Amino acid sequence: MPGKVVTVTSGKGGVGKTTTTANLAVALAAGGEKVVCIDADIGLRNLDVVMGLENRIVYDIVDVVEGRARVRQAMIKDKRMPELYLIPAAQTRDKSAVSPTDMIKLCNDLRGEIDWILVDSPAGIERGFRNAVAPADQVLIVTNPEVSAVRDADRIVGLLEAEEKGPGHLILNRVKPDMVKRGDMLSTDDVLDILAIPLIGVVPEDEGILVSSNRGSPAAMDDKSRAGQAFRDIARRLKGESVPFPSLEDKPGFFQKLAARFSRSA
Amino acid sequence: MSNWFERLLGRSPTTSAQSAKERLQLVLIHDRTDLSPAVLETLKDEIIAVISKHVDIDAGGVEINLSQGQRENRLVANIPLLSAPTGRRRAR
Ligand SMILES: Nc1ncnc2c1ncn2[C@@H]1O[C@H](COP(=O)(O)OP(=O)(O)OP(=O)(O)O)[C@@H](O)[C@H]1O
Ligand SMILES: [Mg+2]
Repeated sequence: MPGKVVTVTSGKGGVGKTTTTANLAVALAAGGEKVVCIDADIGLRNLDVVMGLENRIVYDIVDVVEGRARVRQAMIKDKRMPELYLIPAAQTRDKSAVSPTDMIKLCNDLRGEIDWILVDSPAGIERGFRNAVAPADQVLIVTNPEVSAVRDADRIVGLLEAEEKGPGHLILNRVKPDMVKRGDMLSTDDVLDILAIPLIGVVPEDEGILVSSNRGSPAAMDDKSRAGQAFRDIARRLKGESVPFPSLEDKPGFFQKLAARFSRSA
Repeated sequence: MSNWFERLLGRSPTTSAQSAKERLQLVLIHDRTDLSPAVLETLKDEIIAVISKHVDIDAGGVEINLSQGQRENRLVANIPLLSAPTGRRRAR
């Protein structure tokens, strides 16, 4: 079976695309899949540090596109995993150094020998976004339970529909169950009501994410990490397994609603 | 106190998550259709003008809104008619 290209995008910046890409890559690779991640955020290279591979970069994606290196030469192997590779972004170039056609060609070159090609998209809806989405067989839309992030995700849903890239699958990141319970954070159901696209994962807010990016070892490598578990679940759903969504959250209960009413009318 | 009682009965939005959801729903209607509130206002005035040519309406009560289902939007007009006192059309 030829490899599948999965692009991780969001519209709004800083919602967790790079974190998601690194963790899904690790989770898939740990399950024995051959995985390549592509950092499509040209000029703002980040996936390398989140994965802890920053010291091993020789060639980058622009070197491949412009013919200075072969794809294989630009693939940095993550030695902690059986078959996990990173193609880093160029740091000193901008998004126009790569075209959507270049991305399609690059991914097609990899499909023959790689099971999963994960593309980390830059924020926004401009050239970098179009580059990242062009080769995608499936698009994951990351958002946070927050008005501006959901609004931007809705924009992405509309753009993907226009490009006939399907509705995309939703990853709701940085959920704080206690705030949802109190009625002070949009719940997963609220966000699904609004975006009306299929859900593929809910990731809790977890301090361990920062610790793991400090160390350059994605949380999915850690069996005890809660966010890591959520990313491992998403990886299994990508493979077509049906994994139940653990309830990290509840709708505000009767007493919370009552308390909110009292506090507001006081 | 009556306000407090209403809240207890769940008549008004209470939590910040609920207001986030309601605000999102409103802003997305406009994002998705590219129809600004100003355009809607113009539309409303023109609709009132056209309909008034044929029947008496309560112009102050006219509402033109965008509503949405899953990912489809529709324009919903609510136009109250003024009823003629005798049941027939009023002579002007
Ligand atoms: N579930 C989480 N819990 C806690 N912190 C998180 C979580 N997900 C992401 N973060 C933090 O949020 C910040 C932004 O994450 P990340 O870099 O993955 O976002 P991004 O969408 O790739 O950003 P950009 O748009 O700049 O590329 C990072 O500091 C990361 O550690
Ligand atoms: Mg990023």
